[in-house]
Amino acid sequence: MKAFTYERATSVEAAARAAASVQGARFIAGGTNLLDLMKLQIETPTHLIDVNHLGLDRIEETPDGGLRIGALVRNTDLAADRRVRRDYAVLSRALLAGASGQLRNKATTGGNLLQRTRCPYFYDTRMPCNKRQPGSGCGALQGMSRSLAILGVSDACIAQHPSDMAVAMRLLDSAVDTMDANGARRSIPIADFHLLPGDTPQQETVLKPGEIITSVTLPRPIGGTHVYRKVRDRASYAFALVSVAAVFGKDGTARFAFGGIGAKPWRVEAADAAAGRGAKAVAEAALAGARTTHHNDFKKMLVERTLASVYRQREARA
Amino acid sequence: MKFDTPAGTNPIDQGRVIGIPHDRIDGPAKVTGTAPYAYERHDAAPNAAYGWIVGSAIARGRIAAMDLRAAESAPGVLGIVTHANAGKLGKGNFNTAPLLGGPQVDHYDQALALVIADTFENARDAARRVRIDYMPQDGKFDLAAERGNAVKPPEGDFGGAPDTAVGDFDGAFARAAVRIDQHYTTPDHSHAMMEPHATTAAWNGDRLTLWTSNQMIAWSVGEMARTLGIAKANVRLVSPYVGGGFGAKLFLRADALLAALGAKQVGRPVKVALARHQIPNNTTHRPATIQRIRIGADKDGVIDAIGHEVWSGDLPGGGPETAAQQTRLLYRGANRMTAHRLATLHLPEGNAMRAPGEAVGLLALEVAMDELAEACGVDPVELRIRNDVQYDPEAGTQRPFSSRKLVECLRAGAERFGWDRRKAKPAQVRDGRWLVGMGMASAFRNNLVGKSGARIGVDATGKVIVETDMTDIGTGSYTIIGQTAAEMLGVPLDRVTVRLGDSRFPESAGSGGQWGANSATAGVYAAAMALRAKLAEKAGYPADQAQFEDGLIRHDNESRTLAALAGREGVWAQDSMDYGDLDKRYAQATFGAHFCEVGVDIDTAEVRIRRMGGAFAAGRILNPKSARSQVIGAMTMGVGAALMESLEVDTRFGFFVNHDMAEYVVPVHADIPPQDVLFIDELDDKSSPMKAKGVGELGICGAGAAVANAIYNATGIRLRDYPLTIDKLLKAQAA
Ligand SMILES: Cc1cc2nc3c(=O)[nH]c(=O)nc-3n(C[C@H](O)[C@H](O)[C@H](O)COP(=O)(O)OP(=O)(O)OC[C@H]3O[C@@H](n4cnc5c(N)ncnc54)[C@H](O)[C@@H]3O)c2cc1C
Ligand code: SF4
Repeated sequence: MKAFTYERATSVEAAARAAASVQGARFIAGGTNLLDLMKLQIETPTHLIDVNHLGLDRIEETPDGGLRIGALVRNTDLAADRRVRRDYAVLSRALLAGASGQLRNKATTGGNLLQRTRCPYFYDTRMPCNKRQPGSGCGALQGMSRSLAILGVSDACIAQHPSDMAVAMRLLDSAVDTMDANGARRSIPIADFHLLPGDTPQQETVLKPGEIITSVTLPRPIGGTHVYRKVRDRASYAFALVSVAAVFGKDGTARFAFGGIGAKPWRVEAADAAAGRGAKAVAEAALAGARTTHHNDFKKMLVERTLASVYRQREARA
Repeated sequence: MKFDTPAGTNPIDQGRVIGIPHDRIDGPAKVTGTAPYAYERHDAAPNAAYGWIVGSAIARGRIAAMDLRAAESAPGVLGIVTHANAGKLGKGNFNTAPLLGGPQVDHYDQALALVIADTFENARDAARRVRIDYMPQDGKFDLAAERGNAVKPPEGDFGGAPDTAVGDFDGAFARAAVRIDQHYTTPDHSHAMMEPHATTAAWNGDRLTLWTSNQMIAWSVGEMARTLGIAKANVRLVSPYVGGGFGAKLFLRADALLAALGAKQVGRPVKVALARHQIPNNTTHRPATIQRIRIGADKDGVIDAIGHEVWSGDLPGGGPETAAQQTRLLYRGANRMTAHRLATLHLPEGNAMRAPGEAVGLLALEVAMDELAEACGVDPVELRIRNDVQYDPEAGTQRPFSSRKLVECLRAGAERFGWDRRKAKPAQVRDGRWLVGMGMASAFRNNLVGKSGARIGVDATGKVIVETDMTDIGTGSYTIIGQTAAEMLGVPLDRVTVRLGDSRFPESAGSGGQWGANSATAGVYAAAMALRAKLAEKAGYPADQAQFEDGLIRHDNESRTLAALAGREGVWAQDSMDYGDLDKRYAQATFGAHFCEVGVDIDTAEVRIRRMGGAFAAGRILNPKSARSQVIGAMTMGVGAALMESLEVDTRFGFFVNHDMAEYVVPVHADIPPQDVLFIDELDDKSSPMKAKGVGELGICGAGAAVANAIYNATGIRLRDYPLTIDKLLKAQAA
């Protein structure tokens, strides 16, 4: 860890301004990802801006019947919220499938969206990694890539986005609300929020320097049967090999989003359109353009199998 | 005291304290945070500076240049230890590669420097500023590729001769009515104990004290003296509490050596702990194996030929994983062969991890037995009973087992588990989304004994004090040693103080190879016998007739309190237990039977253990509570080996890639259902006066094979390449 300075921001505006004006500044929320990366000097901020005390920890109903989730709402509190459990059960289930109780008590909504990949080469600073050190090469492409992505990947980087929460938010067509250093607010559809690696895997989102996440807005509830199915190497406390978030409507329509396989939380319209034709058809549509390695080619099969399990769960609940 | 004839009735047989379940006596100190661990000895070594290890970025080669300037001028830096300024260092007998590398580099993350600073954060930051240029050399990192180049290794300290042969294996195997011939592979494993390797070191003149986390005090005193080229008398090791070891802390490692060198350089105490991500590549691991098993049997499953070959790799000068050990002793068969071959690999060094040899040997042998059972149409439990043998099958009937209750374990375990409900044909049972199956395996682990000493005394209040350099690595040594002393001297357990893990105390057998509990308590027994004799003499009673109970020594109608006899000075005695050739004349081993029920998700092939149980025979069970903890913990580790644990080798760069606890997955609570443990009554009078044997490793032996066999029974998929992960199951299913 490099020495850094620390401030506790007094307002959202001040936090954004400070972040834009100090070179190498970073926000810190729960710190469960950032601090780990700082200890390994994968992240080396010079200045930390603590955003924990800005009143961004509330869950409020929006005028059009949705929910606005403050960026600092803890994963535990979000998963337990009565409205979330009732109207957005897939989100609650996705959160509870992630990390551990202790981590969820600290982890925040904004921090979770911005957590970085778990690629093992990214985590070892002696190894080549284009995301950590642009231009150094990708250690994983010809190496151990069992956990890494098969969709949205590039020659430069095949890292997976590890979040469970973000998969459910993608499914629900959430929007990420931000404020920039000039105090300007914008609302970014979550589909556009994360960037694919391309030639610049170090750029992971559309956030501008200093831009702070203030909340995530969920649209009105869509009803239906909510399923989050996460498959991993042990029963708990592990990142997804494959996860599927699904909502089945009464009318036979459904929507799907995928974790563990994409460079970002993955959703394609064609998969939703194939809902009526079953797991195999949905998998085929979702996996269009998939690019696998020797180590992670099983994920294609696992997507189909996980979808089959999701359909089975839906039937059991119906 | 010498143990060279089978034990007769002795005070331990009273069973007033021994054999009764007790909470661990060190428990309150641990849960209240008052048990001091190696990295927290502010009390003993105030003002310690912090050391951070710089590990090699390459697997093999030489250091071309080292630039320390940026690190030296970083805030708070007090000194930097490297090969260039450490002075001439020897090498210990137990480490294969030097613990401080340079200019030669022997493996990835080998320690090349220690940066010492006033704070932990400063040391870690400055370590990043050490610049090392390397001249890398090609290395060999792929066991499968090197299999053909593997050679017969020299005989090591443990595990016997590399090869054994009896009768005509090839002929008998060729003639057998039923033949099994399969390959099995197991990956490299990491010990993944809770407390990392850690040491606080301080010098007083030329005397070195190390507060460290170590299983084998006397070994490591010797290794430190050898490495630094100083007298053993000038090295003191203190390791009263150890947060797990599993073999990772049998030896002197880089934390201890570099803390010592660092403290010397900066002239004040220095403490060093390995970061979690450094452990897999800096320290030792259980080596990967390739195993071939051939079994020839008649149509009823009676074995006539059994062969087990093992390939593993290590750095030059290292040793093999002796995975064929159990095959020499477990089942009958007139024609037998075992062979170990060792390849050179430039990966970090391999060494012992919980039940070295058997833990992975049984992952192969007990699956082969399941395959034989199916081929013969014999129930797997019955197959093992048919092949039981009451003597060492390589040596013949003249070397019987000291005691062997495998058949009792198989029968009792099967009954408790409800084994008769198992369907012999695979893939028959469905419960919702789960395919359900049952599997079993024999458990086997050698019983080793070692010379062990203790000092024991009574003070003026009648309190008993025991001192030995034995360690408690979370196993429960404090408690069983206290129980032994209490039993021998007729006092309640709470009147005994146990002091462990200090090289100033008498040398013990230490904690390893599941020899610790039996050996160390036998050492306490020897010392207690000497103390009893002294006390009897003081009381004027004949030593062989005096009774020790209720804090009194009694003879006829007379009695004296121990407190009174001890007087102000107290009475002390010291002795050790030494062993004759009973372990040569008798094969000594521990046995058991594992049973497991799994569910395999019909869609995703996720495996969940539904039930697990076993029956075990390991001599006298000194403390059933801590023994059960050992067994269920080891069973859990067996589940890890079966389902998930694997250090992944990057054969380009030559290192273990998944070197943290997020990527090296071990079972969590949600993976483990309630586990049932039954101990079969057994006293082994040829093992020690305690009539006990080891139990700390037995539970892992065979546990993973029971899981693998249950998966086969659930699905009909036979995987022989551990761990049995979702990707492999899906691929096999699709094939
Ligand atoms: C052992 C372990 C296991 C885990 N397992 C899982 C799992 O199974 N599934 C899963 O989904 N996750 C898992 N996680 C990840 C966990 O969910 C994230 O670490 C957590 O959500 C991050 O939130 P945080 O508030 O702690 O973020 P921080 O660490 O504080 O911040 C993360 C990043 O977000 C930025 N940031 C934070 N808040 C804002 C804001 N308001 N505006 C702009 N930028 C901001 C920070 O600058 C930083 O770059 C695991 C983590 C660990 C350590
Ligand atoms: S996959 Fe991406 S994160 Fe991993 S090594 Fe390659 S560039 Fe780095």
